[in-house]
Amino acid sequence: MNRFLTRLRLMFRSTAVRLSGLYIVLFALCAAFLVFYVTAMSERLLVQQTRQTVQEEIADIQRAYERGGVNLLLRIMERRARQPGANLYVIAGPNGEMLAGNVASVQPGILETAGWTERPFTYEPYSESTRPGRHFAIANVQQLDNGLRMMVGRDLGDPSRFRYIVRQALMVALTIMGVGALIIWFGIGRNALKRIDRMSAASQKIMAGDLSQRLPVGRSGDEFDRLSANLNAMLERIEKLNEGLRQVSDNIAHDLKTPLTRLRNKAADALGESDDTVRRNALEGIIGESDQLIRTFNALLMISRVEAGSIAAEMTPVDLSAISADSAELYEPVADEAGLELTTEIEPGLTVNGNRELIGQAIFNLIDNAIKYAAEAEGEKKIVVKLVKAADGLRLSVCDNGPGIPANKRDAVKKRFVRLDESRSKPGTGLGLSLVEAVMELHGGGLELSATNGDDADVPGLTVTMVFPVVKG
Amino acid sequence: MDINRDQDVGTEKSGFTEASGEVIVPHMKILVIEDDLEAAAYMTKAFRETGIVADHASDGDSGLFMGTENAYDVMVIDRMLPRRDGLSVISELRKRGINTPVLILSALGQVDDRVTGLRAGGDDYLPKPYAFSELLARVEVLGRRKGTPEQDMAYRVGDLELDRLSHEVKRAGKEILLQPREFRLLEYLMKNAGQVVTRTMLLENVWDYHFDPQTNVIDVHVSRLRSKIEKDFDRPLLKTIRGAGYMIKDEA
Repeated sequence: MNRFLTRLRLMFRSTAVRLSGLYIVLFALCAAFLVFYVTAMSERLLVQQTRQTVQEEIADIQRAYERGGVNLLLRIMERRARQPGANLYVIAGPNGEMLAGNVASVQPGILETAGWTERPFTYEPYSESTRPGRHFAIANVQQLDNGLRMMVGRDLGDPSRFRYIVRQALMVALTIMGVGALIIWFGIGRNALKRIDRMSAASQKIMAGDLSQRLPVGRSGDEFDRLSANLNAMLERIEKLNEGLRQVSDNIAHDLKTPLTRLRNKAADALGESDDTVRRNALEGIIGESDQLIRTFNALLMISRVEAGSIAAEMTPVDLSAISADSAELYEPVADEAGLELTTEIEPGLTVNGNRELIGQAIFNLIDNAIKYAAEAEGEKKIVVKLVKAADGLRLSVCDNGPGIPANKRDAVKKRFVRLDESRSKPGTGLGLSLVEAVMELHGGGLELSATNGDDADVPGLTVTMVFPVVKG
Repeated sequence: MDINRDQDVGTEKSGFTEASGEVIVPHMKILVIEDDLEAAAYMTKAFRETGIVADHASDGDSGLFMGTENAYDVMVIDRMLPRRDGLSVISELRKRGINTPVLILSALGQVDDRVTGLRAGGDDYLPKPYAFSELLARVEVLGRRKGTPEQDMAYRVGDLELDRLSHEVKRAGKEILLQPREFRLLEYLMKNAGQVVTRTMLLENVWDYHFDPQTNVIDVHVSRLRSKIEKDFDRPLLKTIRGAGYMIKDEA
């Protein structure tokens, strides 16, 4: 019993039940109003019709009275009163005594007032065959000569029976409505409710920390499924961001510990150094080391900001051709010093909607990488910055003739702090490509790595391509 | 002092010293509005060591009051301050007709933050974490800008002349041919002659990109420029300031 009550209480807390309840009440009110209105109107109509018939009869009887006097009147009245289902007829004397008719007695005071009775009154029929008990009627009383009074009326049994039928119908209708609502609630409401329950159960697991949980998605593609699908997409994104965060903190733990330890050791060495020049050099080394650390931090921050999409507000049309040319021009002397030839193949006038700073920094990173790795190439040392318009968008590539990256490692190098063993000795944070990828993701584009001279070549080289989607219109 | 907390303020010993060890900073009075008291203490001390008088306010309201009451050459304002945020301090100062150059410090450091900061009336923007040398160089350039009209049509450092109209560069009367970018690089250095100019400032003002050039890319451009303006002449003009940047100055 107690459990039942608890379930009932829970049930009433659900939206479906509350909504169904509200609908039932509203519809019942409407139905009740309708039924009462119809009843009242019909009743009025019936009374009106009754009055009209009575009026006509009185006119008839009065004509007969004028023609044939009291005798004819009495005769007509008697005849009419004896017919089955007859109206009520009374001829009363000056003191209210019943002289003729089919009524035994009427409510006192009715015969004294001429004209229509204001409201239904009670009377007792004369005949024993009619049903016993109180009868209601309306009547018209006419004053005749000699202090005689004539009353013609009609029993109201019919109108009230009609009202009774209508009320009965109302009851039936309300019952059907209630049962219908319950069925609808069980059929639809409970179904929806169950799905919502399943969703909240899944969300509770997610809140408990299991971000891999997903909400159930049905096959019907209705509102609930769309909501679930959207929430799942949101969870996907949250999980990815969370994963990124965790990766960053893991990486900070792993990869920043080394330089910090190195920094600390250098500081300890400097502290123990008595020679001024040596100490100064050691301190300068420390500064350089910390600068590198700050750069790493900045790069990490930058990547997470770009990934969080918080820079998206700053999107404007950007002349990609100009940025490419600028970057090549900026790095040309650097390449030159490294013994590399940096050339460009840039289609002019290509623009994208984007962030100039971020795109610039991404290209700088790519050219910087290319210079670092192509410098050790044997034979032709060259870098080409290319910008072309292709079917899938604008393709900005930095191609080098360096040792390249084996096909199976190309995805790995995009990750934060990942550096291939061969490059560990070179300066760098291991964050360059991660930033480029984050920037491309922000711009809705992609980052492709391939071999400049084909994977089978002796010196494959590396081509990194930023693909910017072409925005229509 | 807690060493770890210092990291976002600066990593270098303050002050630029040339080989001779002589402190080269002129006197200047600045206001630092910063709520991180440790950072502010470090900053004001470092500024004082370079000969700059630095007052400190720790919230927006008192900063606005001090900035209104006293005359400063430069103000360094943190963006996030208690009582009144940095951008509102700047716009209020500007409303009161105080056009002291303002450098905005920000932990946010996003590209659009820089834009909103400059739009609010700031003159320069430096995201945290930064090296103190970077802050110092920018403060000095801002402090000097106050007196120097922008429309100088020609610059001269020693026997080196640069004509901004004809784009001609001459040293000891002899014309030097420069690439357009080299010209802009020299123009910026000469405009700030006697001041330290950092690599980031060069990337900002010559190439119009606002981030920290992580490699030696600027150095290569400067050394190319240097070889062009110094190769056939005995006296060096363009100096490298260790740990900070570059400065063009006539020693004579």
